[in-house]
Amino acid sequence: MDKTVNQKAWFLVLPVFLVVAFSAILPLMTVVNYSMQDTFGNNQFFWNGVGWFKELLDPSTDLGGRFLDSLARNLFFSAVILAIEVPLGIVVALSMPREGWSVAACLVILALPLLIPWNVVGTIWQIFGRPDIGLLGYTLNHLGMNYNYVSNEFDAWATVIVMDVWHWTSLVALLCYAGLKSIPDAYYQAAQIDGASRWAVFTAIQLPKMNRVLLIAVLLRFMDSFMIYTEPFVVTGGGPGNSTTFVSIELVKIALGQFDLGKAAALSLVYNLIILIVCWIFYTVMTNAGNERPAKQGVA
Amino acid sequence: MENIAWMAWTLPTAIFFVMLSLTLGVMTWLAVAYPEAERIGILRIPTTRGDRLFISLVLTAVIHLLWIAFVGTDAIATLPIGEEGVEISSLWLATLISLLSAVAIFRTV
Repeated sequence: MDKTVNQKAWFLVLPVFLVVAFSAILPLMTVVNYSMQDTFGNNQFFWNGVGWFKELLDPSTDLGGRFLDSLARNLFFSAVILAIEVPLGIVVALSMPREGWSVAACLVILALPLLIPWNVVGTIWQIFGRPDIGLLGYTLNHLGMNYNYVSNEFDAWATVIVMDVWHWTSLVALLCYAGLKSIPDAYYQAAQIDGASRWAVFTAIQLPKMNRVLLIAVLLRFMDSFMIYTEPFVVTGGGPGNSTTFVSIELVKIALGQFDLGKAAALSLVYNLIILIVCWIFYTVMTNAGNERPAKQGVA
Repeated sequence: MENIAWMAWTLPTAIFFVMLSLTLGVMTWLAVAYPEAERIGILRIPTTRGDRLFISLVLTAVIHLLWIAFVGTDAIATLPIGEEGVEISSLWLATLISLLSAVAIFRTV
């Protein structure tokens, strides 16, 4: 490994670097530039210093109130869907068959929601939930529940959450199933000999062995739900009122609705920072999970 | 300059990015010239110089945002430059704290 080091290989990275520069680095620099200025269009900019950040972090201003409210909503949404999808995904994975033709059938059925594009999922649920023609909305209203996601905040939230659970529980289940499949039979045989209960097998063998995939699932689902835009935008449009306006929806409203590039840039930078920190924490935990016990000296 | 008008460059942000790219350049050169092994610090995770730089930069951003949110950016001094003088924002204190925390991170993490 340390005999021949060929630095020429770095030139092969150059095309990727150029693509990333134009698709990520230059736009990000521009966003930083925008966040320090105000504009009225026509490429005319006026220096505003950290003014937008001040406003953004002050709950008493319009911008700050909207940002912090949508952030709180978004965190609550992420917490709720994680609390539902992770246990549900584990249960689904545990109850899936281990061998035979039904495995393939289960996998295909589970994978179906994952293959549908976000905006189509939104449209499906938007129609599904309508009280006049949608199967769900019509049925619920006929059962005596006054369900209307357009006018009732709780109904809107319930619809968005159930939609996300429908769309993404499969992902958690598939990941958990992969984790379960990797457990050697010897563990189960040992448990059987010891006379372990079903619960003991779950807590002592299956859950620890699913540790890594569960972390990946939680990371993926948190990031995805924290950045969610399309589905609630299609179903509720952020309403009723602002009740399902998540951070990305608020961001698009400010950037493209009001064309306040400075405010939107400041918001997106703080949003980006939160995501970066969470990503880093998850990444660090994931790459170090299970590595602690063996001595790390000289491994690097 | 017409072509990059949409990027809305300003002197302060340009200085910021030049400093940032210089830092990254120096760190890259250091990594090539003086390779180092990972070590485990107070966070109980193996880190390289690059990791510690990343942590420092992220912490710097957080410290500045928290400062703006909770302390504000009032002027703490006026430098006798020009007619009206140049006001020094208290945000520079956050920068100072960030530098100190970066030193601490590079030594202990």
